[in-house]
Amino acid sequence: MRLLLSLVFALLLNACAGPQLRGTGDLGLIIERASGHVTLVNTTARQPYARIGGLGDLSHASAVYSRDGRYAFIFGRDGGLTKIDLLEAKIVKRIIQSGNAIGGSISQDGRIVVAQNYTPGGIKAFDADTLELLSEVPAEFAPGQFSKVVGLADTGGNRFAYALFDGGEIRVTNFSDPRKPTTQKFPAGSQPYDGLVTPDGRYFLAGLFGEDGVALLDLWQPKTGARKILENYGRGQEKLPVFKMPHLRGWSVAQGKAYLPAIGRHEVLVVDVATWKEVGRIPVRGQPVFVMARPDGRQIWVNFAFPDNAKVDVIDTLAGQVVHRMEPGKGILHMEFAPRGEHVWLSARDDNKVLIYNTENFAKLGEIPAESPSGIFFTSRATRIGF
Amino acid sequence: MRQKALVHLVRQDCGSCHGMTLKGGLGPALLPETLRDKPAEGLTATVYYGRPGTPMPPWKAFMSEAEAAWIVDKLMTQFPE
Ligand code: HEC
Repeated sequence: MRLLLSLVFALLLNACAGPQLRGTGDLGLIIERASGHVTLVNTTARQPYARIGGLGDLSHASAVYSRDGRYAFIFGRDGGLTKIDLLEAKIVKRIIQSGNAIGGSISQDGRIVVAQNYTPGGIKAFDADTLELLSEVPAEFAPGQFSKVVGLADTGGNRFAYALFDGGEIRVTNFSDPRKPTTQKFPAGSQPYDGLVTPDGRYFLAGLFGEDGVALLDLWQPKTGARKILENYGRGQEKLPVFKMPHLRGWSVAQGKAYLPAIGRHEVLVVDVATWKEVGRIPVRGQPVFVMARPDGRQIWVNFAFPDNAKVDVIDTLAGQVVHRMEPGKGILHMEFAPRGEHVWLSARDDNKVLIYNTENFAKLGEIPAESPSGIFFTSRATRIGF
Repeated sequence: MRQKALVHLVRQDCGSCHGMTLKGGLGPALLPETLRDKPAEGLTATVYYGRPGTPMPPWKAFMSEAEAAWIVDKLMTQFPE
């Protein structure tokens, strides 16, 4: 008994002296692209609680989470892969895995982190615990020719789907034996620029730049091959220049419809996910970059490429049109919803802050200073397929 | 002042395809070593008019041809931070 008491006491003391306890479900991070920092934030308090530096070139950086939401894996442009502990607010491990990377993903079982690379083009799998390299799959599409990899997304069974920008293919690599991956290849169309997997993990979509349309692969029946949808959305019309490629990740499937950025047109395309037929187009104020559904699917928030990147349009999915237009700041690069969608955080790169809005009444709730903020990633991504 | 705005444009907005450090992304690296052997006029035309059939868009709505030439000149020597 005495022993037990002293043990309890020791624990209590420890708890007092130790760091403040946090639940990971409240946490997230903001990428500060210019200075190689991340700011760690609490989404309930709507406040930062730590800042970590030394992450290299974070332009276009993205993050995925371990299943427990404790660790973030951050993929930098310079090929850096950094594992951060959000509870201890420190870097656990950092490696340089390639020369030029574009993001990554984490397996269904949380044990494999996969990075997608531009140069040398291909994907690499790492042990999520140690960041030890497990295997690599070069994106060779013709003898000696390697493609930039885009759109990498996790799907069921530790398989990952992605597309080859230069190779015009969708590929699915199976890492169930992580040191001996196997890959299936599907012709997809000209210049896929990004991809997404639907929330159920069934379909992989790759947006095409070199032609109108989106390539679609049914991952439950990959044998049927990739087919093209939305082939005619820009037919006969001259495309507007695209000053920044849209992002499909952060996909928006809401109310049985998918909302996708058109490319070279200032529109959001609406597709019925049962038939994959276009059912509408919603005009917006620029080339959409992110088209993101609030978690309940009632709203779709849209930000834009240069020169319209100060604007944000909000679509009401019931009304099928833009119901709110705002200019919250300069260089709005990314948006992230609170786990259940009552708030949205917007990064305003050229204002050096992150802005927080109420999504019901669009009132501004606060802001957080950050140096050239870009991506915002909350731990609620940990439990979602394709994030 | 205008030069500062152009530097910001290149680092941030060209950077979305070419990388903020210009080491390449979806678009190729824009470093002195990679551009050295290419004629400056051709590169200026690429920036000003874009390259149809590729993601490289035309920038003529946002700069003069002389400004495009200034950017190319800086890219080929040393691009300001
Ligand atoms: C939407 C993506 C994108 C943006 C934004 C973009 N570029 Fe490009 N750029 C490309 C691509 C892709 C190529 C390669 C084209 C090809 O395949 O020939 C390219 C090619 C170039 C080249 C020729 C390089 C060479 O080695 O021949 C120059 C110079 C260039 N871009 C400068 C710029 C500048 C300056 C800006 C900003 C004012 C800019 N680019 C913005 C995608 C982009």
